[in-house]
Amino acid sequence: MAGLRQRRARRQRTLRWIVVTLFAVLVLLPLYAMFEFTTRGAGDSFTWETWRVFFDWGTLAETYPILWTGMKASFWLVLLSVTLTLVLLVPTVVWVRLRLPRLRRLVEFISLLPLTIPAIVLVVGLAPVYAWVVYFIGGSSVTLFFAYTILALPFAYRAIDAGLSAIDVRTLSEAARSLGSSWATVMWRVVLPNIRSAVLSAAFLTVALVLGEFTIASLLNRDNIQVAVNQLGKSSATMSVAVSLAALVLAFVLLFLLSFAGRRRYRERKTS
Amino acid sequence: MTAPTTGTLDQVKAPTTTGVRGGRRPSWRRRWLRRDLLGVLPFFVFVAIFLFIPTLVVIIGAFAGDDGRPTLDNISALADGYIVDAFVRSITLSAVTAVLGAAIGALVGYAVVTAGPDSLVRRIVTSACGVLAQFGGVTLAFAFIATIGLSGFVTVFLHDHLGIDIFAGGVWLFDLPGLVLVYTYFQIPLMVIVFLPALDGIRPQWRDATESLGGSTWYYWRHVAGPLLAPAFLGSTLLLFANAFSAYATAAALVSQGSPIVPLQIRSALTSEVLLGRENLGKAMALGMVVVVALVMWLYGLLQRRTTRWLD
Repeated sequence: MAGLRQRRARRQRTLRWIVVTLFAVLVLLPLYAMFEFTTRGAGDSFTWETWRVFFDWGTLAETYPILWTGMKASFWLVLLSVTLTLVLLVPTVVWVRLRLPRLRRLVEFISLLPLTIPAIVLVVGLAPVYAWVVYFIGGSSVTLFFAYTILALPFAYRAIDAGLSAIDVRTLSEAARSLGSSWATVMWRVVLPNIRSAVLSAAFLTVALVLGEFTIASLLNRDNIQVAVNQLGKSSATMSVAVSLAALVLAFVLLFLLSFAGRRRYRERKTS
Repeated sequence: MTAPTTGTLDQVKAPTTTGVRGGRRPSWRRRWLRRDLLGVLPFFVFVAIFLFIPTLVVIIGAFAGDDGRPTLDNISALADGYIVDAFVRSITLSAVTAVLGAAIGALVGYAVVTAGPDSLVRRIVTSACGVLAQFGGVTLAFAFIATIGLSGFVTVFLHDHLGIDIFAGGVWLFDLPGLVLVYTYFQIPLMVIVFLPALDGIRPQWRDATESLGGSTWYYWRHVAGPLLAPAFLGSTLLLFANAFSAYATAAALVSQGSPIVPLQIRSALTSEVLLGRENLGKAMALGMVVVVALVMWLYGLLQRRTTRWLD
């Protein structure tokens, strides 16, 4: 038995290395190609020029005003979308679990609904809604965070719901309530600290989604980083590829850090 | 925090803990329920404005003429040759890339699972997959232009060192074959992400049991792991199909001429200034997309329920 298992482990390790190496090549090849593309100088020479400009934000803003506007808009969009997603979703999901368990299926259904409605379809219906948004609060690109919160709902809901499933919210909150805390205290000091990694995960997924969103911004004629990159692609390809690469690397680092944040919960569940 | 901050059902049930709140009228249950509903009000108002109204706009628009009167013209216009072609191409593209992505992604997922849940390999691969699956769109299109575009790294390398011209038969990257390639590229990571939980549910003990009873590896896959993974695999493939079918950004950034697939047709219907009254045709096409995706997601839900029965 032990011999069999060892032999199998060895076979699996061989397979794993072959597959993972092939996968790594597949993933890294375009990334390397992007890097090579951005460092291509005149006559096949190597140059850091693009990256020098990229990190010199004053020059960047001056040379590529579209890019600068897009980056600024995306920065605010990330901030506002994450805030709205969490403020809207966390109390609702907790509240439904504690006080309105009958609504749980409905809230879940609604939260997962945006997966069924493609962004290109949503944008068709959002156009008149945004006419009203423009009427009431203006036409800034930053107002897109309403739409982005909808797009982020399925992912954020799943993360938060999974986090709440791992703890006994009802007992915890009843204990806190019977000791005299208000609902706000229960939420802030009892529930939130217990689902920290789930909230973090919801936030990071929203960040990745907002940074990569193109459909809605482009068709509603707003600026974000992806729209800017796409426009720039026509005039100065090197810089647009450089920004793409930087955004990819940034998102990877975010999600990699997230994988460490999620680890603690996993271990706790395993030992219990 | 918008939730009401007083009163819980359990307190009412056990009045000893909160003597202050004694002497309620019999209708307390209904009144508390109404108060509880206030806590979820912001959520429902928000989704009503930014999810339900847009959906209604699409549905109503699909059945309205230029004058706003109800008509079936837009729906019957979906039978036009070029729109049917676009739907067929979209469905083919989604199906092909879903099957390719599912097969390759499942293999990568299996390789990662054998490494153990806390390993560095798994962490790096899942993070990379998260980025590539979420981050499609423009970025990916540009990555491929830099890789196998006309002056891309691989194109130039193959041409200069091996004498192979990958575009000898025409520049296929900016057409449907290019879309197949790039879509598959973001389908594989998505498959890894959605299929990993199912692979995690497979217990090594089952394999031990099979082998101690004399079953071969082939027997194990054919009769134990295969049937158990099949619903999850099919479900994930459907999810991949919906994902490809809904995708817009990659195609928008890559395809420069014509509108081979439905999302691009919708764009041209929306932005067309030459032909008036095409906006509602766009809504009809959008409704068509919703119907296809909803059907697929419904099947996915069915399979998902089958999967979770043994996964936990």
